[in-house]
Amino acid sequence: MLAAFLLSFGIFVGQTHAEPKLDKVHFLIPGGAGGGWDGTARGVGQALTQSKLIKHASYQNMSGGGGGKAMAYLIKTAKRQRQTLMVNSTPLLIRSLQKVFPHSFRDFTPIAAVIADYGVFAVRQDSAFKNWQDVVTVFQTNPRQLSVGGGSGRGSMDHLVAAMAFQAAGVNPKSVRYIPYDAGGKALAGLLSGETEVLSTGLGEALEQHKAGQVRILAITAEKRSAAAPDIPTLKELGYDVTFVNWRGFFGPPGLDDETVTMYTQVFEKMYQATAWEQVRERNGWADLYKPGAEFYAFLEEQEKTIGELLKALGFLQ
Amino acid sequence: MLEGLLTGLATALTPINIVMVCVGVFAGTFIGMLPGLGPISAIALMIPITYSFEPASGLILMAGVYYGAVFGGSTSSILINAPGIAGTVATAFDGYPLAQAGKAGKALAIAAYSSFAGGTIGAVLLLVAAPALAAVSLSFQSAEYFALMVMGLTAVSAFAGKGQFLKGMLMTVLGVMLSTVGMDNSTGIQRFTFGQLDLVEGLSFLLLAMATFALSEALMTTLKPDETSDSAEAPGQIDFGSLKVSKAELREIAPSVGRSSVLGFFIGVLPGAGATIASFLAYACEQALAKGHARRQFGKGSLRGLAAPETANNAASTGSFVPLLTLGIPGSGTTAVMLGALISYGIQPGPRLFVEHPEVFWSVIVSMYLGNVMLLILNLPLIPYIARLLAMPKPFLIPFILFFSLIGVYLVSFNNFDIYLMVGFAGFALVFRLLDFPMAPMLLGFVLGGLLEENLRRALLISDGELSFLWTRPITLTILIITVIVLLLPLVRSGRNL
Repeated sequence: MLAAFLLSFGIFVGQTHAEPKLDKVHFLIPGGAGGGWDGTARGVGQALTQSKLIKHASYQNMSGGGGGKAMAYLIKTAKRQRQTLMVNSTPLLIRSLQKVFPHSFRDFTPIAAVIADYGVFAVRQDSAFKNWQDVVTVFQTNPRQLSVGGGSGRGSMDHLVAAMAFQAAGVNPKSVRYIPYDAGGKALAGLLSGETEVLSTGLGEALEQHKAGQVRILAITAEKRSAAAPDIPTLKELGYDVTFVNWRGFFGPPGLDDETVTMYTQVFEKMYQATAWEQVRERNGWADLYKPGAEFYAFLEEQEKTIGELLKALGFLQ
Repeated sequence: MLEGLLTGLATALTPINIVMVCVGVFAGTFIGMLPGLGPISAIALMIPITYSFEPASGLILMAGVYYGAVFGGSTSSILINAPGIAGTVATAFDGYPLAQAGKAGKALAIAAYSSFAGGTIGAVLLLVAAPALAAVSLSFQSAEYFALMVMGLTAVSAFAGKGQFLKGMLMTVLGVMLSTVGMDNSTGIQRFTFGQLDLVEGLSFLLLAMATFALSEALMTTLKPDETSDSAEAPGQIDFGSLKVSKAELREIAPSVGRSSVLGFFIGVLPGAGATIASFLAYACEQALAKGHARRQFGKGSLRGLAAPETANNAASTGSFVPLLTLGIPGSGTTAVMLGALISYGIQPGPRLFVEHPEVFWSVIVSMYLGNVMLLILNLPLIPYIARLLAMPKPFLIPFILFFSLIGVYLVSFNNFDIYLMVGFAGFALVFRLLDFPMAPMLLGFVLGGLLEENLRRALLISDGELSFLWTRPITLTILIITVIVLLLPLVRSGRNL
């Protein structure tokens, strides 16, 4: 009893001792208010301040150049941005490979990947495709017959994920008939209107329609089945050796010292245990994906290689 | 439905939700009035605050901000030619000339009545026809959108004055060209960006509208002060604030309001069209229907030309709730932000919404009636005071317009480049205006150009390069036939006159 008391006291002391080491974190958001990056930064910032891991969080939206504007800014002002974290995600790799902007993740200090979304393939409820195998069969016999819609342009994420999945089925990814829409919602409308047969999108964008019975998700690109939708098979278990994760994470300014990086990664590590994070994650339907510092860097290098090869196969890169 | 309506009434009329409507429409009106700042950023920043509310209250608040902004956006369009939000650009075409003619109070009053009518008729349509219309909206594919945009382009004649037709066409082409700046979505290739990161995401419609309307107008007034000195001389003699709208005038605009609400609502229902396109199309439609003297009034202070876009944009903003609530598909940037917020409350809009959360579905609709009444009550008494802004001597008014336009555009992007770009465009616009080129057709070309290209290319991708989609799809064919008729009608008419 006494021991328990002391122990809890100890924990209490320990907690007060763990006063926020980080006074203030400034989040640089390379897109406008209300977008995916914006939601990530503000959600994480809220979880960090509510769980008292940091004292203050401030946010700055800087859209332009598909994210390149904020990157150029962070590099230019690196010296006075020691407390700044830039939020980013997989399109960073794709856009830097396609030279939308001259920067790559190597120009910054990768801190950690914190959340993940996975690619999924959905069809209309009344579609003749009952499972992913049906789609592949049609595709193998006549790829021109199958139109695959997505909420981003040709050569961007939704297209690449589709190409990756069909490549794993042994077909030239170039023969995928990808129909680009300029937003996920419009791509979904395109699927429902019968304009496209298959929709390539993120789990988060189609999960509720799947649950509501508007669409059926046939496969997911995750390593394991998602806890949020355990009825959706992974491509891997269907016999196609392909996975894809759309990470969202944070980068510091170039040349950030290891000590600060460790401080940040520790803060993120603690964040996963916080109830505040639990709420934010739940609310947004995010999946945890923790890859700190060096691990994050290695992961990015590998993903860059995969995407680069795919872009070459698709003819987007020489 | 009656049961649903009662649920909606019970939820919407709780004190907290009435407060939400009030706060929402008030904040919306204010945000709308400020040139540049639009509802998207306001709603996005509001979301964290709404987490502690009931989902219905949160959505009622956000919806109030949205249609409140569309309502309030007309004020700055009419008074200083600077659109409050993208949806009220077309309001300036006739609203500003009216205000310049000393009828600011009347113009604002008509805008308020039209907005009220558009919003309320929209809410009625939302109540009775939402699920049915959602199904109709899904029969629109890329080919239909393309045809719709082609039809919209015929409106160029509505936006070019007498003898300006060729210049109007040229400006439309310029607008379409400007819409191609930035990353091409189909191929991922950058067009006309000159290696500038700031241009990768294309030009902003609001920036273009502010530069070519508000800024260039202010510069024009400075260059040619003599033309406007008449009204500036005796501000006390003209009653800017007079709200009087005669019965004859009401009779004149009533049919326009009726047509524009239905048209606007339907355009709003289509994912990907929205309030801006709705307002342009309604304006063009009214101009095409008008005859003789009434037709020539367009662009010079026509009451119908003011009422049509003002009705349509409000009806469209209400209409955009149809795909959001019944299909879970956001048709515009603003509704996309709202969808994100709803999901984070644990509510998924879609076909199951009014089964699972009937109180959310119905109370939002009910709150719209309430909100529109409040907007009218809030706006009408303010008009005489706001309209007196124009009584301010020009040397003070012009810097004020310049200041608010520049600040407004900066507040949207927080990017200095946009300010330079805007000043540059204003310079060009000034030169073009001195050469008597109309500016509105350029905005029309810009608004429609992006969607025109995107949908044409997508339709071609889907049909594998065949142009047959132009005549094999009934809706596409119908729209295109109407387009041809609209184009030929003036020829037939003038032929009869000969």
